[in-house]
Amino acid sequence: MIAATEPVRILSKSPTDDGEGQFLEVSMGPQHPSTHGVFRMDVVLDGERIVKLKPVFGYLHRNHEKIAENETYLGSMPYTDRLDYFCSLTNNWAYALAVEKLAGIQVPERAEYIRIITAELTRFQNHAALIGFLTQDMGASGTPLMYAFRERETILDLFESLTGARMMCNYMRFGGCRVDLPAGWLDHAKQFAATLPRFLDEFERLLATNEILMARTQGVGVLSKEFAVNAGVTGPILRASGVNYDLRKVDKYGIYDRFAFKIPLGEHGDTYDRYMVRLLEMRESLNILNQALKDIPDGPIVDPKTKIRGFKPKPGEAYGRIEAPKGELGFYLISDGTPNPYRYRVRSSCMMNLTVLEELCIGRNVADVVVILGSIDIVMGEVDR
Amino acid sequence: MLVILSVAKNLGIVWNFEVEVETVFGEGILKGLAETARNFLGSYVSKNRLTTVQYPEERLPQIEAYRNFPFLVYDGEDWQQGLRCVSCFICEKECPPKCIFIEKSTDKKPDAVGKPQFYPTVFNIDISVCMSCQICVEVCPFDAIKMDTDFELSTGNRFSGLLWDKKHLAKSNEHYHKIHPTEAAAVDAQLAADRAKTAAKAKAAAEAKPAAAPATPPPVPAGSEK
Repeated sequence: MIAATEPVRILSKSPTDDGEGQFLEVSMGPQHPSTHGVFRMDVVLDGERIVKLKPVFGYLHRNHEKIAENETYLGSMPYTDRLDYFCSLTNNWAYALAVEKLAGIQVPERAEYIRIITAELTRFQNHAALIGFLTQDMGASGTPLMYAFRERETILDLFESLTGARMMCNYMRFGGCRVDLPAGWLDHAKQFAATLPRFLDEFERLLATNEILMARTQGVGVLSKEFAVNAGVTGPILRASGVNYDLRKVDKYGIYDRFAFKIPLGEHGDTYDRYMVRLLEMRESLNILNQALKDIPDGPIVDPKTKIRGFKPKPGEAYGRIEAPKGELGFYLISDGTPNPYRYRVRSSCMMNLTVLEELCIGRNVADVVVILGSIDIVMGEVDR
Repeated sequence: MLVILSVAKNLGIVWNFEVEVETVFGEGILKGLAETARNFLGSYVSKNRLTTVQYPEERLPQIEAYRNFPFLVYDGEDWQQGLRCVSCFICEKECPPKCIFIEKSTDKKPDAVGKPQFYPTVFNIDISVCMSCQICVEVCPFDAIKMDTDFELSTGNRFSGLLWDKKHLAKSNEHYHKIHPTEAAAVDAQLAADRAKTAAKAKAAAEAKPAAAPATPPPVPAGSEK
């Protein structure tokens, strides 16, 4: 709120020099609550250059953590779908992992494989859609996005035939998964995975050496290694800055230690590296996916000792984290032995990654802000929770 | 023009490559345009490249696992007699957004496996609140509530049009078989086994205590089994 004594000004004088140039404050971005993913920035401009940038969020706040503290453990599983609604399956996994740590539940091997298959498909479709949105923000209106969505639709079809929903999957359970793979699903997935390299080649030919893309992204929004680490940035953005940190390698949660895959790293930390790291990560996801589809064993899909109703973990605390497509997604739970968690906290990767936005934007033009924001890859459902 | 793309480097596992491309300025754009043109022309030849479906006229086949909103299963012809729900309130309690409202009856009627049970006098689901998470289906011990696949549900009244009562929710077992054949067959097999067990128990009880025979429930279920 602006104090009554303070005059409302659109043009504000520079706080550093007197009389030399004027700053313009602009409210950038939509702010109507009925639109989805609402994010607004208060930017202070010196001509076209950004002097100050203040992210304004909270338009999509839904009280996720407090709701979860009043739900049963299973009851918050469908709410985790709605955090990052592009990647509901990885959200499910992170939450299931936290509860499994809390209650000491073992996951059968087949369920671990299914989790990895679905998580890598999720990563693939998230990165494909992100590159589409990023290029759309740059003005490539539609074509790359539609190509990405063509593949994403097929992945969502696979999700639908497995979980019953395209986006709000609600599939993982404590100690496994909800249902087994339907008949023919694996063959379908294998066939589909065989077509993906062609799509990736096409996607690369479409954009990777495009001069306009390079002019708009190379050297734009450079995030230094040190700053990225200090700010708690995780995920592809951190790796684009050249820090080799991937929880799939660091934590080896699930059974990721059984798979051979590489971590693509960037060198400059600019928007182009962030774009390229994701493109390469898609190839690595495909690599993991192929290995998992080949090796998946038969067996039970859920730990039979875990109860659906009346699930009460013993008192204690646990932090489960996974490498979600957007970065480290963690759930911190404290149990007091009742059916509801005493404390439920989401460590959201989008929120942490968004904190570096001002640093990346200062000194750049207004048009670059959109590109930089696109390359950070935020979903407001997870930022605001 | 020499464009050097230092693309990716790996520290742990060495994967260090530099792509050096000698290109004429604008070649990247032309390459991309060629790709678009190939897709455009290909759409006249190959069906795979034509992915759009003209929805109301053309429809994709429904995926079997698809779920939308819950419905109540009934056996037989009469939906009021055949409802499997025994108003145990489990789904009401477990529903994460609390969109189910149940009122229990005072009298009993035989249920799907032949035991006398209570039935719901009121069973409402607020579809505007329901988030299609399927937890009510998972926790129901009586296979009474299942997920429907109907998605064309627009209504002119956002209050009573979205608050579905028992009559609106009740759908036959045949409908369930139509939308989820594999799942419904498994449920029916389980119910048939339960029915046989109940009938055997009732018979044993009747033989052991002939005097108590009138009090035992009729072993034949109200609904016909498919």
